[in-house]
Amino acid sequence: MGYPYSHEKETVVLSRGFGDPATRTLARWKEMGGYTALEKALNLPYEEVIEEVKSSGLRGRGGAGFPTGVKWSFMPQEKKGPHYLCCNADESEPGTFKDRELMRWTPHQVIEGCLIAAHAIRAEHVYIYCRGEFFEATQVLARAVEEAYEAGLIGKNILGTGVDIELTVVAGAGAYICGEETALMNSLEGRRGLPRVKPPFPAAIGAFGQPTTINNVETLCAVPHIINRGGAWYREQGTEKSPGTKLFCVSGHVRRPGNYELPLGFPMMELINDVCGGLRPGRTLKAVIPGGSSVPIMNAEECASCTLDYEGVIECGSMLGCASVIVMDDSTNIVKQVRRMVDFYAHESCGQCTPCREGTQWLSRILVRIENGKGTEEDLDTLLELGDQMTGTTICVLSDSAAAPVASSIEKFRDDYLALIRRGERVGAA
Amino acid sequence: MADSGTKTERVTLTIDGREVSVEKGTTILEAAEALGNRIPHYCYHPGLSAPAQCRLCLVEVEGAPKLQASCITTAQDGQVVHTQSDDALRQRKGVLEFYLANHPLDCPICDQSGECKLQDYVFAEGRKHGRNREPKRVFGRDDFGGDILFYGDRCVMCTRCVRFMNEAAQDPLLTVVERGNRSVIDTFFDEGLEGSPYAGNIVDICPVGALVSKDFLHKARAWDLDHTPSICPNCSQGCNIDLHTRDNRVHRLKPRPNLDVNQYWMCDYGRHRYDWMNRTDRLEAPMIEREDSRVATGWAEALEALTARLEEVGDRPVRAIASPFSSNEELAALRLLVNALGGGEIHFRSPRTDEEIPLPSFPKLTRRKDLAPNVKGAEFLGMARVGDDDATGGLEGLEGFDGILLVVGDALPDCAPDFGSDAALHIHLGSYTSRATEAAHFRLPIATHAEQEGTFTNFEGRVQRFWPGLEAPGAARPGWLVLAALAAHLEGTAVPQRAEEMFLKAGELTPHFQGITYQDLGTRGALANEPVALPGA
Repeated sequence: MGYPYSHEKETVVLSRGFGDPATRTLARWKEMGGYTALEKALNLPYEEVIEEVKSSGLRGRGGAGFPTGVKWSFMPQEKKGPHYLCCNADESEPGTFKDRELMRWTPHQVIEGCLIAAHAIRAEHVYIYCRGEFFEATQVLARAVEEAYEAGLIGKNILGTGVDIELTVVAGAGAYICGEETALMNSLEGRRGLPRVKPPFPAAIGAFGQPTTINNVETLCAVPHIINRGGAWYREQGTEKSPGTKLFCVSGHVRRPGNYELPLGFPMMELINDVCGGLRPGRTLKAVIPGGSSVPIMNAEECASCTLDYEGVIECGSMLGCASVIVMDDSTNIVKQVRRMVDFYAHESCGQCTPCREGTQWLSRILVRIENGKGTEEDLDTLLELGDQMTGTTICVLSDSAAAPVASSIEKFRDDYLALIRRGERVGAA
Repeated sequence: MADSGTKTERVTLTIDGREVSVEKGTTILEAAEALGNRIPHYCYHPGLSAPAQCRLCLVEVEGAPKLQASCITTAQDGQVVHTQSDDALRQRKGVLEFYLANHPLDCPICDQSGECKLQDYVFAEGRKHGRNREPKRVFGRDDFGGDILFYGDRCVMCTRCVRFMNEAAQDPLLTVVERGNRSVIDTFFDEGLEGSPYAGNIVDICPVGALVSKDFLHKARAWDLDHTPSICPNCSQGCNIDLHTRDNRVHRLKPRPNLDVNQYWMCDYGRHRYDWMNRTDRLEAPMIEREDSRVATGWAEALEALTARLEEVGDRPVRAIASPFSSNEELAALRLLVNALGGGEIHFRSPRTDEEIPLPSFPKLTRRKDLAPNVKGAEFLGMARVGDDDATGGLEGLEGFDGILLVVGDALPDCAPDFGSDAALHIHLGSYTSRATEAAHFRLPIATHAEQEGTFTNFEGRVQRFWPGLEAPGAARPGWLVLAALAAHLEGTAVPQRAEEMFLKAGELTPHFQGITYQDLGTRGALANEPVALPGA
């Protein structure tokens, strides 16, 4: 059930209870069948939990789409010290607002998913790292955690199964980069939020130097359903390689923007035109960014046949990312939008790696100049080359993400740039 | 290095077509360095952790999906590395271009110019022309306290300074504030680096002109400075240093790596005490007594007059005062001369403090209690310490002494002008003028350690060589040459011509130096012999 709008084509699994404040209470959540999956999972050996999730084909919802069960199985077989689970609730990708809603409306769903995952990786402590600006979501979550502690669902000997799991909600300080898993761990430890060099990977040396798994909120929310209804049931939704349902965050020039839960593989145009009520009257589609600002921009032509699963979007020249669909109609000034995105990355670069620290700022300054009608055609080549110099040369992928919209927009909307450069004409106002 | 019997595992890899075998765990950057192939880098420093954030040491490793940061990629058996492939050069060129995006290019007024890694790398691998047309961000200058000045605009954000303070000095006084393009090195509040005893090293490790020394600010251009390997003379640690000289003046001291003594570092106490090497109140000509006055003369005449006086005085008791600032050679030559005159006690006075100042990451490096470089050498040669911790006093026994008095290197700053006036013959060898030495019958000018070749023995008995970085003024000569010439004249033997010959003679005087040659010492020094105790002795 989407929020604030819902649609009959939705398949409601995760978004059950969206919009109903009562869902936040433990009592109501239990009425809805909450924590039965936890009880089931805790009574299973951890290997079986991992196997069930593996069989479901669940893929990480944070953007990379890595199979969750496989990620869990990377944790050391032999347990030498504490293991940690970090729930990545630092949802900051421009265009994304699904984790916030999951935490706001269904905090117990998040907690239940965390506890099952912690059992699967034999972690004794879960940290939910919330984005600093998520004041309401953090409060709702913290209240739910308190309630769950009181009910014996977190802490020592959960539900009499002998399993001990502690859970702490941590608020970040407002940095996009802390959504990168290794920067998240640094921030969690009280250090500067700088991404770490990999290897070593978190499953070997993670938070506090111990084996750690980091999962996205939405990924963890899917886990209780998979445990309750089985991996095979999960595979009934979505495509062969991208099973299950996914929350799509639609923003921009549609009549009903918001979160919609749909099976993966749903056609993009159906999402825009039917589920979201279409574009504003008299407007035509110009561009779509299908997975948050870090993925290449798509033009209307590419959107026409695009299906929204991990593979389908790649085929059409972009990436599904975290399924944050930003829709732009023909009133859009692409150069301005790209500049705004690059400004965001320049502001959020941690400043460790030189190509990112200097490159993001440089791209932004060139784009500002072009926007003001003072650009040259050589600037476009410089932008592309700088983007290339920023790709694959840094510790994390923020640098690559900043370069992606620049390169793809010059490739697909070169005429918009040239109109500004040659004639000082701005295409679109928004 | 003694063979401990354990063999370290080695791996063999190919770098730019050349095979190299290195210890397991070595990084590609270090392996390349072993081949003499220097991969550009900023954040990596052999004495600190490697955050791999400067992204300049990227190289192509066959089989890897993208370029690898060579400073953290460990060498594997059979690995094939290309540091000069098109891809590696292209990417490094790109990274270098970013370094210049906000750099002020103020090389003409930058102290680092000429020894700047940004200049070097851009010259070697960078673009011929920059493409940046945008305004640059400006931080300006910041006083970090102590001797350190920070020019934020020149900074390449390698964070070596932050890591030195965190890891080596373990005094986390620096940090990165802000993020992205606005990130800048800063101190906490107004505390700054004032009083942090090893902070000067951050100027050395800064690859660009972001951290500069106030003491050296705008004093000399790097390319005008001559570098002479030397030993820090300000305590008995014996840190390996370079004298940076120009126009016959020392302009600064820089540490010279020696993993056994000082790693890559030196303390600020030693670093900033070089002014005395530039003192101009020097003895420049031999002064001999003629009737009631002293006249300047040449060496031939002075030595002739001195040997004549020695014969005239005849057999008398001999007492000598040495200095822990003298080289092993000078001290040994004094011992030779005293022996030739029939033997006698040699005393020395040395400044001393109660406080050691260790470097926390490597406590073996410490500002030692003995504030002189060669106390151990003097002790090895059988000389006894007298006087107090300020290197004064202790000479009361010489009052009314009427034998032959030899003073070498000690300017006797605390002594009365008539010191030694009762001696039948009072000979003074020194570098500086001093009222207490004016009465000496013979006053002979000798070179300081910065002006001659020689060796010091540090606190643990490590003998280390130093080389002359300055020219001695006037007729000043190495003390060992003067003393050994006199001894040779008395004994009828040959005069040693080189410092090394004198050191070999020192080996005849003490088992500690026996059999050690300058070749054995090299540029890193070697431990003196532990004398073998004879059974029953």
